[in-house]
Amino acid sequence: MKKDYTGVIKSLGAVLLGLLAGAILMLAIGANPLKGFFYLFQGGFKSIERFGNIFAIATTLILTGLSVAFAFRTGLFNIGAAGQMLMGGLCATMIGLSFDSLPRIILLPFMFIVALLGGAIWGIIPGLLKARFNVHEVVATIMMNWIAYWIVYYVIGDYFTSGLLETESASIPAVAQLRLPWLTDLLNGSYLNLGIVVSIACVIIIKFILDRTTLGYELKAVGYNRHAAQYAGIKVNRSIILSMMIAGGLAGLAGLTYYTGYSINIQIGVLPTQGFDGIAVALLGATTPWGVFFSAAFFGLLHAGKGFMSANTIIPPQIADTIIAIIIYFTATSLFIEKMWVKMKTRRLEKKNIKSGGDE
Amino acid sequence: MKDMIDIIVNIFPYAIAFTIPLLITSLGGLYSERSGIVNIGLEGLMVVGFFAGAVTIKTLEVALPDLSIVIGLLVGIIAGVLFSMLHAFASINLNANQVISGTAINMLAGALTVFLARTITGSGNIGIRLGIVRWDVPLLSEIPVIGPLFFQKTYYTTWIVLAIWGFSWFLLYKTSFGLRLRACGEHPNAAASAGVNVIKMRYIGVMVSGGLAGLGGAVMIATYAGEFNGTVAGLGFLALAALIFGQWKPLGILGAAFFFGFARTIADASQVIPQFENFPPLILKIFPYVVTLIALVLFSKSSKAPKASGEPFDLSGK
Repeated sequence: MKKDYTGVIKSLGAVLLGLLAGAILMLAIGANPLKGFFYLFQGGFKSIERFGNIFAIATTLILTGLSVAFAFRTGLFNIGAAGQMLMGGLCATMIGLSFDSLPRIILLPFMFIVALLGGAIWGIIPGLLKARFNVHEVVATIMMNWIAYWIVYYVIGDYFTSGLLETESASIPAVAQLRLPWLTDLLNGSYLNLGIVVSIACVIIIKFILDRTTLGYELKAVGYNRHAAQYAGIKVNRSIILSMMIAGGLAGLAGLTYYTGYSINIQIGVLPTQGFDGIAVALLGATTPWGVFFSAAFFGLLHAGKGFMSANTIIPPQIADTIIAIIIYFTATSLFIEKMWVKMKTRRLEKKNIKSGGDE
Repeated sequence: MKDMIDIIVNIFPYAIAFTIPLLITSLGGLYSERSGIVNIGLEGLMVVGFFAGAVTIKTLEVALPDLSIVIGLLVGIIAGVLFSMLHAFASINLNANQVISGTAINMLAGALTVFLARTITGSGNIGIRLGIVRWDVPLLSEIPVIGPLFFQKTYYTTWIVLAIWGFSWFLLYKTSFGLRLRACGEHPNAAASAGVNVIKMRYIGVMVSGGLAGLGGAVMIATYAGEFNGTVAGLGFLALAALIFGQWKPLGILGAAFFFGFARTIADASQVIPQFENFPPLILKIFPYVVTLIALVLFSKSSKAPKASGEPFDLSGK
């Protein structure tokens, strides 16, 4: 069977256009784009520590990306990964800070479960509203994002700060961190932590659910055509709620890996950009689990290298976020890229035909 | 009771200052959605206006102290219009998913403006020296009770925005242009067969939303913000909530924007108001969002959302 590469071509096209736009921006502020990209990639690869950081950053993006991609497969747009991630992170942080006398082997699974639940609940609510009252999930999840934002603001701000800084929680004690001392030492102080195991396991599990289970089949059927699925006897409302619950749970785990593995505290007054980057990751990865993995790694590279680039050039680090946003824009307009690609292919084919016709 | 009135009089100017950018952005969203294009990029378009206004005012404030703010507001509008064309092009010409395109607009605006701001100032923050000076409306400000509430210490932008609101109501409901625009959001095919240029109308809808959201951002910098810092802190999403809570109608939006504006101001000021001292500020902060969710549930059976909003219009008639 011939493999269909349209998805890969579309993604690569969007990445190329994004990088090109980034280069134009660098030129516009009087910087040399070749130098910029050289430092950007060097910043990602020059040492084992930085290489580890690519995947430390990707850990969270894989999970938010999976969250968005999974909901997308059921035809739902989960723009609330940021809020679900916050709630997962909040629950894990509260447990980590409150029960630091528990042994690690009990505490970490406990945090894992509450993060999963926190995110899942934040996903179920818009799922229920969609299934029961036909409230558009985009609007509902945006509202849920801001509710989560303010809950974290007051719960952390009022009860879990260290007293020194009012804008962040106290640091997560070592026993409750996902960081592994031997791994940190091995990678010369990289932020890479247990979270990467969680995120890769999730990639495999989600791949399995989507491709090999009845649940996955039903969810995808609802995504392709809600009415046909209903007619075929699939419980559409149940699928919507389940899909949002799983998507929320995945984003909740993203919060666990970020706030207790990568940053080891939770800042208030911030909606995590990873939630929105997850949309880019999911779309760039063509909403497939391994596609999500590779696009998260690519964005991880951009984020890991941007500081080094900015230190060595006049280019501000926001270039990475700008490139990511441009990539999303081009994946949204991928139809355009697809059309161009098909046109190019047919033109080449026509040329070939004309040529071979001429030879006869 | 006397205390309560004092409090209301005291927070009124702040609440109105906060409400006005919300109202104008929400009104912008109305044009876009009524023409059939969902615009969740309002937040980003506000950021663009916020940035463009701040840069312009900062550049001109020494040379042209009086004119700089007016020019800043205009540049904010123009920047919003130009930026919204990205969304228009993607959603109208390329049939892109409008929610994804809007999300891209939000992310791009946040990243690009800070990128440019850091190139300009180094720190990424752009402060202006002086915003609009508050002004008492002659005669009207001397009316007892109403005068101090509505006509004292007002920004002239408040009156401009309210005038745009009134004009929009007239334009959308009393002119053939408004009828055509609304038709494009309800039933684009019928509108097209009646000779309406749906593509053009939708471009107008999105560009007006960009201009008004840009004005919203520029009003923020010219009135209470004083400094550009890369974010409008969810005000654009709050505007979206006001649009929905107002059920896609000018009067509804006016009410919703004031309602949310006051709720937010009371929440911000709750520590200094004795009556709200023991009231958890969290409840006040999440109030607008919870209320919007409840409204969505209540109106779910009879939603007034434009029927074709979010659906691409294909000229080929497929």
